[in-house]
Amino acid sequence: MTLPDQDEIRRRQKGRALVMALLLGAFAILVYAITIVRMGGR
Amino acid sequence: MTSTTFQTHALPAEWRDFLALTKPRVMSLVVFTGLCGLLVAPTHLHPVLGFTAILCIALGAGAAAALNQWYEADIDAKMTRTASRPLPAGRMAREAALQFGVGLGTFSVLLMGVATNWFAAAVLGASILFYVFVYTIWLKRRTPHNIVIGGAAGAFPPLIGWAAATGAADTLPLLLFALIFLWTPPHFWALSLFVRSDYAKAGVPMLPVVAGLRTTRIQILLYALPMAAAAVAPWPLGLAGAIYGTAAAALSLVFLALAAHVLANRATEPAAMAPEKRLFAFSILYLFAIFGALVVDRWLLP
Repeated sequence: MTLPDQDEIRRRQKGRALVMALLLGAFAILVYAITIVRMGGR
Repeated sequence: MTSTTFQTHALPAEWRDFLALTKPRVMSLVVFTGLCGLLVAPTHLHPVLGFTAILCIALGAGAAAALNQWYEADIDAKMTRTASRPLPAGRMAREAALQFGVGLGTFSVLLMGVATNWFAAAVLGASILFYVFVYTIWLKRRTPHNIVIGGAAGAFPPLIGWAAATGAADTLPLLLFALIFLWTPPHFWALSLFVRSDYAKAGVPMLPVVAGLRTTRIQILLYALPMAAAAVAPWPLGLAGAIYGTAAAALSLVFLALAAHVLANRATEPAAMAPEKRLFAFSILYLFAIFGALVVDRWLLP
């Protein structure tokens, strides 16, 4: 595998990791909001 | 090993490819009909839970689309319309699409169950399984009726939206299910008339490929008639008001008129199939407008 391939792999992994981090952050906020709403309903 | 195969295994797919796998454009109609099903339900659902329900419908639809592309990569590679998708273009490994689809589908069903209720989650799960196993794996390559029965998969969202709010099914969401179920064949057959060479090349037995153009044009009009009846039915049944009834009747008349134009067209070349292209474009607007009218009707005439 050539060096440019390694760079491209790194770039793609970085992009996926960033999107995954944002999604996980959004999911944590969503679960928190769901919990608050459902606790309020009881 | 071909260069495409090597590229697929050597490079991880980009996040954009995973997004493309969910067919975001198709998802917009699914999300909209699901949202309308939720909004016209007689029970109030907290906005956070409503948002989560719609998110789950979108994720479930995305999962079904990903699994569909995982199974149909060979067909997609043969059709101009789909050849640039992540799998046939060699930008993603098939296993990645399978894992993504199964993971996203499972996640959407579990989140729906936890956030709203398990009936809505069960219907969402059933819709994903129906699309993947009944439509994609069983029917699509075997029968020209693939889209008739398989169309039920796309008819679930308003039912799921309603179920998320109420925890049950009722006459109105079942009529909305029937409307999308009967709308799907004319919608896809109009498309398949002017891209039939693509389907023929891929070996997909769509109606124009198997039964010919004339039969397809007749079937489009035949399905449009009960579709129009299902669209208007909530009004005389007292499930919707005059705003919806008038809009549904007017839109359905236009749909029927366009379907009649398609029937009158004898063209065999896609370039001369303006009525088919018009019907296809209008059919998308039709569904958006009908569901939009229902929400306006419900919210203006409580």
